Amino acid sequence: MKHYDEKTIRKLEIMAVKIRKHIIEMLYRAESGHPGGSLSAVDAIVALYFAHMNHNPKKPHDPNRDRFILSKGHAAPALYGALAESGYFTVKELKNLRNINCMLQGHPVCLYTPGVEASTGSLGHGLSFANGVALAGKLDKKNYKVYVMLGDGETDEGQIWEAAASISHYKLDNITAFIDRNFLQIDGNTEEVMRLESVRERWNSFGWHVIEIDGHDMVQILEALYEVDNHKKTPSVIILDTIKGKGVSFMENNIDFHGVPPNEVEYNLAMEELDALQKKLEASN
Amino acid sequence: MKNPRNSYGEKLIELGKKHLNLVVLDADLSKSTKTIMFAKNYPERFFEMGIAEANMISTAAGLASCGKIVFASTFAVFATGRVYDQIRMDVAYSRANVKIFATHGGISVGKDGASHQMIEDIALMRVLPNMTVLAPSDATQTGKIVELMTENYGPMYARVGRANVPIIYKMEEMENIELGKGIIVEDGSDITLISCGTMVDPVIDAQKRLRKLGIQARVIDMHTIKPLDEKLVIKCAKETGAIITTEEHSIIGGLGSAVAETIAENNLSVKFKRMGIKDIFCESGDPKALLEKYGLNEKHIIKNARDLMKL
Repeated sequence: MKHYDEKTIRKLEIMAVKIRKHIIEMLYRAESGHPGGSLSAVDAIVALYFAHMNHNPKKPHDPNRDRFILSKGHAAPALYGALAESGYFTVKELKNLRNINCMLQGHPVCLYTPGVEASTGSLGHGLSFANGVALAGKLDKKNYKVYVMLGDGETDEGQIWEAAASISHYKLDNITAFIDRNFLQIDGNTEEVMRLESVRERWNSFGWHVIEIDGHDMVQILEALYEVDNHKKTPSVIILDTIKGKGVSFMENNIDFHGVPPNEVEYNLAMEELDALQKKLEASN
Repeated sequence: MKNPRNSYGEKLIELGKKHLNLVVLDADLSKSTKTIMFAKNYPERFFEMGIAEANMISTAAGLASCGKIVFASTFAVFATGRVYDQIRMDVAYSRANVKIFATHGGISVGKDGASHQMIEDIALMRVLPNMTVLAPSDATQTGKIVELMTENYGPMYARVGRANVPIIYKMEEMENIELGKGIIVEDGSDITLISCGTMVDPVIDAQKRLRKLGIQARVIDMHTIKPLDEKLVIKCAKETGAIITTEEHSIIGGLGSAVAETIAENNLSVKFKRMGIKDIFCESGDPKALLEKYGLNEKHIIKNARDLMKL
């Protein structure tokens, strides 16, 4: 079953590369930030903002909008890239990431940045926040959907499981969580730091509808989103099989790039790779 | 005598009728916090969160982001210390319209012991930017405070105790109450007794006894600890020259600290004493016996007032 044509897919893939370039540019300029987890989460975020979600950058507070909550707030550059390319603010603004007197804080803040739904950065909160947004949606009989991006390491947090139970208890089928399953957290492999497997069984046992896909395959992401939209009575979780640092060869699966920005040499190399990829995709468009 | 918790429950029912966007959350303590009264009247707008306070607070923020006025209740010890990070990020930092209404504050919780005797909540909430901190003194004031919390936007924390409290105010006396404005309950020129919450009543009793002893004490009910009515503190310091603060809370970080900061920063020369829990954990026991042992009753207030006057 296919719900999107080749051209749409290609456009989204190009957008994902563009945002990866923004991420590298932002972090290089800011001389700080989190490349690895930003790069791994990009594709699902692109699918949401540029194909799937009902949202309007001109009306960031529209009560009927779909919501995206970046629970893994350290991936802020991926979100900021998507918001800028969507038109919530100018692409030029991205240059100011993490600078004093600027709205793009190191971690997202709902008060300062149009399009940011929740203030995150302390891990484990976003799913509970989504719980509140989804309960309000049901109470007000609105049809909006709530999407949450969790890091896999983030699910070490106990609050995630409080929220998972609560969302399932209230049968909030308007919530879809993504888990950016890149198997890496700061201190190492997630299974060595604090075992997460079986991720599928855990969420299943909490009453969630579980889908596992390649988190960098745009077709699979869109198909999964189509599936969860039509899934009723239980919340859904999409486990994204991802690569930390995806798109920049020397950052891929390299935990050293969790919270360290590229230096000048690395920046040039990364941009070269991403430029080449963008050209390739554009040529085949 | 009336329990402030009952005023809270009753007022929620009243406000729920007027404000259709008012929702209430509790963490398996709705019978004690009295949110069950709202739950029975508006079951669709009450959300039981189970014994999961962190989830309750962040959920409250999510609801608030959709235009709801959210009351979240549990015991003071779980409503603040356990969920400090959730309040910090999702409520205070995000300036969410979440009202945390805590019950069972202070040591007069009694026999449950120090695990349940919250004496740090005011300090924890006071230090958070954007947060308003309230401690109403009787059932009448509690109802009015709940009303003000509903009608004024922003993150707010209020705490009441567990026990019944004598009625201090008539309804009409609370008509002009404002957040951030202390109430002069009794006037006097020799010394000012500033207190909040459960301590206002014993302070009023102490004031009556002091008058018989020839000391004219001014009594201030400082229901809003943040933002503090600094003008009133300065006025009292200048006019009476002596201040005692009394609170069922640690002497560190609460009302006493707030008043001390105001006195110090305004270069006021004033005799000053903080009454509260002296940086220790208390213990199980009968509430009256605890308040006697840890120095928080009428007798101790009188003694402290007389001692301070002698300085």
